[in-house]
Amino acid sequence: MSWEVVLDIAAAACFLFAGLLSLAAGVGVLRFGDLLSRMHAGTKPQVLGVLLGLAGYGLRMRSGPVLWTVLLVALFQLLTAPVAAHMVGRAGYRTGKVSSEGLAVDELTNDLSTAQQDIGPTG
Amino acid sequence: MTAGSRRRPPWRMLVWLTLVWLMLWGRFSTGTLLAGVAIAALVTTALPLPAVEFKGRIHPVATAHLIGRFILDLVRASIQVALLALSPRRSPRGAVIRVHLRSESDLYLTLTAELSTLVPGSLVVEANRQTGVLYLHVLDVDALGGIEKIRTDTLGTEARVLRALASDGELAAAGLTRRGRDGRGEEQT
Repeated sequence: MSWEVVLDIAAAACFLFAGLLSLAAGVGVLRFGDLLSRMHAGTKPQVLGVLLGLAGYGLRMRSGPVLWTVLLVALFQLLTAPVAAHMVGRAGYRTGKVSSEGLAVDELTNDLSTAQQDIGPTG
Repeated sequence: MTAGSRRRPPWRMLVWLTLVWLMLWGRFSTGTLLAGVAIAALVTTALPLPAVEFKGRIHPVATAHLIGRFILDLVRASIQVALLALSPRRSPRGAVIRVHLRSESDLYLTLTAELSTLVPGSLVVEANRQTGVLYLHVLDVDALGGIEKIRTDTLGTEARVLRALASDGELAAAGLTRRGRDGRGEEQT
């Protein structure tokens, strides 16, 4: 088996897992019950899915310019996905879209209400 | 943030932006390099960012450890969330917990928060840079071995970040040693 066949098979495997993870991420977004749980589906399997897809693309194309672009996309995906999830979660929290009923422990709501009391009743 | 408006040109940023420009073009030529430098200079003067304080240096072994562990954790977390999404068992028990980080630096707080969002279990909902507190949402408390375990894991991530980048002084201020057992077993001071 030549190198090229080996690389192509590796690329195919990457694409397959990337597809499965993206599918799972999509199903997760649909099935999870609340905003914050959905953000988990949107960060972890989704990010790894994109990374595997990029790896597959790099392995299949095997050229310099493609490799550099792929590296950049992967890096920025890793940097921006958590920030985006954080922003959505934070906005959800502050606009009351997150109910603490479904949570086992909710230390943020506790701390926020303590802070409110410290400031005073009207705020 | 507190650095004055009269400051040295951000060399690191210039080099980085030029590198990004070159990577986007994919191949090196003098023209591309000059254009990259010009655009980097334009971007940094037109859209200046507050200077991030970085007093440490990159420790290669600890950085390799940080990256290797991160990749493992990312794969584990993805499989875990994917299985949970596809499994018939509904609605795992979630929680929002508070984690006090050891270091007070913005850079390490940001890195720890970014990494925590991608590794098992947690998602950063709120960060307080004055007090160095992260609020994490945990998808499935029981699958991860309880709230204390998640707190320890997050502090372990921070310890790996600090060992990879922080100076000896910052590390000592955080109550850590250069050689620790994977960030575990060290209690907050």
